[in-house]
Amino acid sequence: MAASDVMNGTDRGLARERAAEYLLSRHRFRVAEALPWLVAIAAFFIVPDRMTFGSQVLIMVMFALSLDLILGYAGIVTLGHAAFFGIGAYTVGLAAARLQWSEPISGLFVAAIAAAIVGFITGWFLLRYRGLTLLMLTLATAIMLQETGNLRSDISGGYDGLPGLMFKPLLGAFDYDLYGHTYYLYVLAVLAVVFYFVRRIVYSPFGQALTGIRENVRRMHAIGSPVHRRLVAVYTIAAAIAGVAGALFTQTNAYVTLTVFDFDNSAKVMVMLILGGTGRLYGAFVGAAVYMVLEDYFSKLSPTFWQFGIGLLLVLVVLFARRGVLGLFESVGELLTKGKKR
Amino acid sequence: MPQVANIAVSILFDGLAYAMFLFITSVGLSVTMGLMGFVNLAHGAFAMAGGYIVVTLTRTLGIDFIPSLIIAAVVVGAVSVIFERGLYRRLYKATDLEQVLLTIGLAFMAIATFTFFYGPVPKSVPLPGWLEGDVNLGFRNFPSYRAFLIVLGTALIVVLWYAFERTNIGAKIRAAVDNRRMAESVGINVDRLFTLTFALGSGLAALGGGLAIQLLGLSPSFAVLYLVLFLIVVAVGGLGSLKGTLLAALVLGVFDTAGKYLLADAGGFFVYAVTVAVLLVKPAGFYGRE
Repeated sequence: MAASDVMNGTDRGLARERAAEYLLSRHRFRVAEALPWLVAIAAFFIVPDRMTFGSQVLIMVMFALSLDLILGYAGIVTLGHAAFFGIGAYTVGLAAARLQWSEPISGLFVAAIAAAIVGFITGWFLLRYRGLTLLMLTLATAIMLQETGNLRSDISGGYDGLPGLMFKPLLGAFDYDLYGHTYYLYVLAVLAVVFYFVRRIVYSPFGQALTGIRENVRRMHAIGSPVHRRLVAVYTIAAAIAGVAGALFTQTNAYVTLTVFDFDNSAKVMVMLILGGTGRLYGAFVGAAVYMVLEDYFSKLSPTFWQFGIGLLLVLVVLFARRGVLGLFESVGELLTKGKKR
Repeated sequence: MPQVANIAVSILFDGLAYAMFLFITSVGLSVTMGLMGFVNLAHGAFAMAGGYIVVTLTRTLGIDFIPSLIIAAVVVGAVSVIFERGLYRRLYKATDLEQVLLTIGLAFMAIATFTFFYGPVPKSVPLPGWLEGDVNLGFRNFPSYRAFLIVLGTALIVVLWYAFERTNIGAKIRAAVDNRRMAESVGINVDRLFTLTFALGSGLAALGGGLAIQLLGLSPSFAVLYLVLFLIVVAVGGLGSLKGTLLAALVLGVFDTAGKYLLADAGGFFVYAVTVAVLLVKPAGFYGRE
């Protein structure tokens, strides 16, 4: 910028202060941010008999949130994010089925670590690539994990999976109940912790650097940002979060099969995120909730009709609402406020 | 013939037939992606549509298998132009992600539509007598249908090679793949060229879909199930390269067949292992531009 060339010392100090002020103001919690949490808690009281489904929605929110970190903020387009969901799901599943390690909360940590390790290793190799090559490599990674599981079906249970897993009561006190109330609150609590963590990352200087990489990777290289290291770091974090989501999936369902590694699972979470809006944190909430509720309703009517609908929805989103449902609301909001001013 | 040699010959023969199917179906995708950088995940849907047209023509209208294949290719090629002009062209300058989403959306819609009309159960197709049974090649018998695939594939390769390397249009396509802007500035209408290759590629995909009915079975999920393989062939071969697509189809076809013969449990593992190995060393594929 030309202005910065002629800036004197005090101006620069002021500018820095203003930049810091801007970052902090973005980081501050806004009132509207309480809304999705209030909805989640309200759902607990309004539809108490659908809490098993509610847990699944929250798990997909977490999964979509992890994808938002790498896709929405760092701009990494992957078709194999289910790999980490699956690693987390199988870590908990195998620990419970083969090692009798069925304590849920420690299971989450182990799942996160396992997924993070896989994320770190694959990310280190794959994140040097872009475009179609990266799409294919991430896709191949997920399928190879699935095939490995199938190859050792003596351990993994193959496509029949690991049914009838038993997990210890939460904190040693709260047992699984028929309506899934305990697990709903459990998943909601874990999601809140994960969300706080993700939000911190996104608004940190590290998060800003990721956005920079998404917007213009060459410029980030040029200003000396360690692009590859940052991408691997965020990929590892996202893998860990996806792993936690997978672990919760296994714990709430009490079973896991190799279909968690499916391409469908990777595609589904991406569709959810796009539907809600990428790079805006709450897009994951809106997208996953809207998708899951629509799917629950329409796929009962007719799975074929639902598949057509989701395809049409994708086409329409790409053509008319590229910033997702939340982006659409924003645009409408802008239109309305503009109208008022006139 | 000793057992080992027998198996090796079987693997090579089946692998070659499979490779021909992969090549025919993927080559259009490779050229269109090389030309416009457009990630078309609906390519598998065009192949599936071709397969179902062949099913309808042969089963319901009683037309022979070979003419049905040709009709399916022409119809799908023509219909694909509507999609290209109406939808795809709006997204040429969009990001990879948006192209991926639009085309996967189209693929979902196609799957649902064909499930609605044909049901989810795999379809078969009546073959003419000379394609059934075995053919004797002197030292042992081979399935006629696979032999036919290899002959047809080879013929198509020769035709495509000639069109690509020796004709004016082929030279224009190669120029546009190499450097689109430069090609446009010397007066090549890349837009029209793209429509042409897109139609041709979709037509070939439809032909591949028709050929796949007997080889792999045809159900609506074909559109996504085999799409991954087509994309891998394209990525491993290198975008926009005829030679690369052929080489990739051969390598992956033979490896996949060998894997299924020798280690049935491992399923598709070999294909993906080879893909990862190749792409880690050569990110742009065998003959792609780095």
